[in-house]
Amino acid sequence: MSAISLSAGAGSGDTSPQAATAEQAQPRRHHWYRHPALVAGLVIIGLILLAVIAAPLLTSWNPDAQNLNATLSGFSAHHWLGTDQEGRDTFARLLYGGRIDLQIAFIAVLFPFVLGTILGSVAGYFGGWIDIIIMRLVDIVVAFPFFVLIIALVFVLGPGERSIYIAITLVGWVSYARIIRGEILVAKRQEYVLAAQSGGLSNLRIMGRHLLPNVITQAIIYAMSDIVQDILAIVTLSYLGLGIQPPAADWGTMISDGQNFLTTHWQLTTIPGLAVVVTGLGLSLIGDGLADLLRPGQ
Amino acid sequence: MSGGYSGSQPLLQVSDLHVQIASRRGIVRAVDGVSLEVPAGEAVGLVGESGSGKSMTLRAILGVLPSEARVTAGQVLLDGADLTQLGGSQLNKIRGPEIAMIFQEPMSALNPVMRVGSQIAEGPQVHLGMNRRQAAERALELMRRVGIPDPERRYRSFPHEFSGGMRQRVMIAIALSCDPSLILCDEPTTALDVTIQDQILRLLTRLCRESGTSLVFVTHDLPVVAQVCDQLAVMYAGRIVERGSVEEVLTQPCHPYTLGLVRSAPDVDHPRSSLVAIPGAPPSLISPPAGCRFHPRCKFAEEDCTVTEPALRLIDAGHSTACLHFERCLDELRTEGADR
Repeated sequence: MSAISLSAGAGSGDTSPQAATAEQAQPRRHHWYRHPALVAGLVIIGLILLAVIAAPLLTSWNPDAQNLNATLSGFSAHHWLGTDQEGRDTFARLLYGGRIDLQIAFIAVLFPFVLGTILGSVAGYFGGWIDIIIMRLVDIVVAFPFFVLIIALVFVLGPGERSIYIAITLVGWVSYARIIRGEILVAKRQEYVLAAQSGGLSNLRIMGRHLLPNVITQAIIYAMSDIVQDILAIVTLSYLGLGIQPPAADWGTMISDGQNFLTTHWQLTTIPGLAVVVTGLGLSLIGDGLADLLRPGQ
Repeated sequence: MSGGYSGSQPLLQVSDLHVQIASRRGIVRAVDGVSLEVPAGEAVGLVGESGSGKSMTLRAILGVLPSEARVTAGQVLLDGADLTQLGGSQLNKIRGPEIAMIFQEPMSALNPVMRVGSQIAEGPQVHLGMNRRQAAERALELMRRVGIPDPERRYRSFPHEFSGGMRQRVMIAIALSCDPSLILCDEPTTALDVTIQDQILRLLTRLCRESGTSLVFVTHDLPVVAQVCDQLAVMYAGRIVERGSVEEVLTQPCHPYTLGLVRSAPDVDHPRSSLVAIPGAPPSLISPPAGCRFHPRCKFAEEDCTVTEPALRLIDAGHSTACLHFERCLDELRTEGADR
């Protein structure tokens, strides 16, 4: 019995050196600014977002106002990037077009992210016939090329913003479901899940509070590259006349309108094209940088 | 906290428990007819080699078997209610507030991305209906009780910022968080070094005695059992081969397997020239040997051992064995004692 009463003293006495070793491990934190790809991507996307949001301050031109007296003008102090075939200011259309494209892309990426994450977690956690049904659905969607399926869906649903959201959600969730399912399959074998089950926590709680925080980073990293794909999809749809409807400006419509004048006025297609490329590059860099930053075990 | 049971009735009664695991090569009979009683406030040790079914028994009690495994027969009675018959949501009311579990690897058993304090506070929030603030206060109090220094600051730490011993203290705090009447320990000190091991064992036994909590303690470490437990059950190949009070089983082992375990453990008081290993390897649980499962490795084996499956029988008050020729173990001990 004396040994037992001693244990209280022994227990608290030993603890300071252990606490000290744990202390030393703390400063080894990852710093986001140590990843050049991430910084470059954030700068690019930051500048683009700033320009797009501050569009009314950067240009006084109305992007949809036609001026048939000043069509197809070149670069000038008046119209920085010239005008198109209907005399609309290219710079203004670039900014306001980017506004719509980026806004739709950032919203559109959320739906498949949420849907795919939920279905992927359920499939991975419960397994069995739930897993089989969800993964066969994934197989069906994956069997079609991404752009073909999106274009076909928007064609069926009719052009417009709502159709874009629905099509991207229906096609895009499969990648998230696959990623999250794979991660959950590994994570649910971990002992902390068994410990949570032994602690009498519900499956919903274990999935939401214990498993998802451990696996969601992979989906977030993928979402960055998925936005690139979504922007391309939106631009492509608009280029084909299925996306954002004229007269509203967007990069896809600008490319498509400008290509008739490609030999004489190359800037009309090249500038919005470059905008798409630079945005895609910036988001890809963020995705790569995030993957580096969040990769476990570093 | 559980109340309602009479003093003579054990808190937990496992009877004739069978667990089978479906594997590619056949059905593994991981637990094959295990019976176990845990009296209120006592610590019962469950000892055996790796793969003898100790951990499976624990997981079957709590109903957290891996998906390939299931309980095919037997009962797990807690206060008279059969846990094997309960559904998931009913079991979740038992896990935590009635039976808690402590795991072998304190690192992997804690969620790496959740703050330690929230992990301790989660049980009280879910099971005791506490709000966030009350649960946090309870977690701080538990951290103090298990000897984590500076709990206010450590509350917001992550598991990787803790040392192994501190993590196991966190595990103990989680196990105690809902005042269970029984704690199942699955080799809780195997991953720790010996000095920390001793601190953790003392802490665990002290806290359990203070709150009258029963313990089932799975380990393969005999000195640990001697330190912690009152009762001892020895498992071999999915069965209990010997059962009794710790003192009696360790000093008067009445099964050749227990004898082998005792001899293969170092003894500081009476050092032998070399440790005696048990020859052979544990049998396959897909097609276990006929008769006594230990006979291929047993030096006392006779003709009848290969035929008769020995049942656990009482040889002394509270001491039972599943060996047909247990007298030979005692003879061997006697001659060895005379030699010394």
